[in-house]
Amino acid sequence: MNFMASTQPENRLLGPQSDSQRTLYPYVTGTSVVALKYKDGILMAADMGGSYGSTLRYKSVERMKPIGKHSLLGASGEISDFQEILRYLDELILYDNMWDDGNSLGPKEVHNYLTRVMYNRRNKFNPLWNSLVLGGVKNGQKYLGMVNMIGVNFEDNHVATGFGNHLARPILRQEWHENLSFEDGVRLLEKCMRVLLYRDRSAVNKLQIAKITEEGVTISQPYSLKTYWEFSAFKNPTQGAVGSW
Amino acid sequence: MFRNQYDTDVTTWSPAGRLFQVEYAMEAVKQGSAAIGLRSKTHVVLGCVNKANSELSSHQKKIFKVDDHIGVAIAGLTADGRVLSRYMRNECINYSFTYESPLPVGRLVVQLADKAQVCTQRSWKRPYGVGLLVAGLDESGAHLYYNCPSGNYFEYQAFAIGSRSQAAKTYLERRFENFMDSTRDDLVKDALMAIRETLQGETLKSSICTVAVIGVGEPFHILDHGTVQQMIDAFEIAGEQEGPAAEPDAAARQEAAAEQGGSTDEGVAPMDI
Repeated sequence: MNFMASTQPENRLLGPQSDSQRTLYPYVTGTSVVALKYKDGILMAADMGGSYGSTLRYKSVERMKPIGKHSLLGASGEISDFQEILRYLDELILYDNMWDDGNSLGPKEVHNYLTRVMYNRRNKFNPLWNSLVLGGVKNGQKYLGMVNMIGVNFEDNHVATGFGNHLARPILRQEWHENLSFEDGVRLLEKCMRVLLYRDRSAVNKLQIAKITEEGVTISQPYSLKTYWEFSAFKNPTQGAVGSW
Repeated sequence: MFRNQYDTDVTTWSPAGRLFQVEYAMEAVKQGSAAIGLRSKTHVVLGCVNKANSELSSHQKKIFKVDDHIGVAIAGLTADGRVLSRYMRNECINYSFTYESPLPVGRLVVQLADKAQVCTQRSWKRPYGVGLLVAGLDESGAHLYYNCPSGNYFEYQAFAIGSRSQAAKTYLERRFENFMDSTRDDLVKDALMAIRETLQGETLKSSICTVAVIGVGEPFHILDHGTVQQMIDAFEIAGEQEGPAAEPDAAARQEAAAEQGGSTDEGVAPMDI
């Protein structure tokens, strides 16, 4: 007879014992990534901030990386999980190259692979705490997709993660159109990033814009957006307000 | 090939550096009924001779669809072929699920070859006794591969395996330079002609052969008997008018077939040649 009162859960995956073995909350996080399709490929923007809770602790985190010949990955969420994903993808691309046969994984394949990984981790209650943007061009076909920590994935002409979904996408819905030129695309992305900078408290004013075309990936040097803080409403926010705020 | 003291195990080398069991496995392929394949830039056609054991039975399935973009024709131990087809289908569907993209045929062929190689290096296994003609599409176009029991694989413009395949190979050797630019229908016609070469005089009808096509924009599918019979009829009549083919045998055979009313074989007279 087993007299031991079983306080442990039946499966070892959920319970105090197992909490040290799985992701419960994120620690160092990146904020929004915004991306859109333009005439020659994909443009993606992300700032270089790594927040530690409410502290804007790291200010040179590269949150966009090229994957293989045809793809670009941008991530928001837990930075260490992003690094883990980069390791998985590195191995994937390595094995793909080892075939040495003229075939290569395109952005669609990488996106679907990531979806499988994210969803499987979610099912084990040990997610990779990220929202990922995967863009690329292969054989003239542009591809832009998103997948997040619960495995939700989709493709679209413009995508964003986190706050970008609320602040950037409405702008993109209004102003995006097919065959944007490079300059127009960058202008549009900067408009989105500026709004995010004003309104997202985890945004930092140091960003990179990445471009991927049939020729390859270019990630810009970090730069800052010009901002304007002289609005009278900012200077005197409580003027005309009723009550304590 | 004669029996010798080095041919009992697949893991025993002969002094001449041969693995006899593997070579015997390749003999099994030569005993199977013929299968042929040919390709152009955009299409691949597979064909095989399907003779039933007796009038009472149906014929064995020798052409398998592996995925929309890959198909295989086998010669040799059909049971081994069936098992390998299942493996190929599995690999394709798993790849499709993970990457939402078709598995490049070149990679599948390598995986198949590696699987066959394992059986040439384990004392508790035997080599697969089946040759596979794998037809498929990938980014770089249409491909035809031949996988051997030895674990080797080769890419071909056109090839034939199985019994009496030499006759088909001779026919294909004469014509293969034109295949790259052939239309789909010409390719099917050439496949049927090649199949006919292996029949050594027997009339070609759709009940004894199977033809499958795969091409850009055309998923792998086996042509139904009606279509095949129509094509046979069409070129046999055309054959009489053209009077082509270098071999006098072929010309005489065409004329004899046309005289006897083409596809129907009522009252077929024996060949005079």
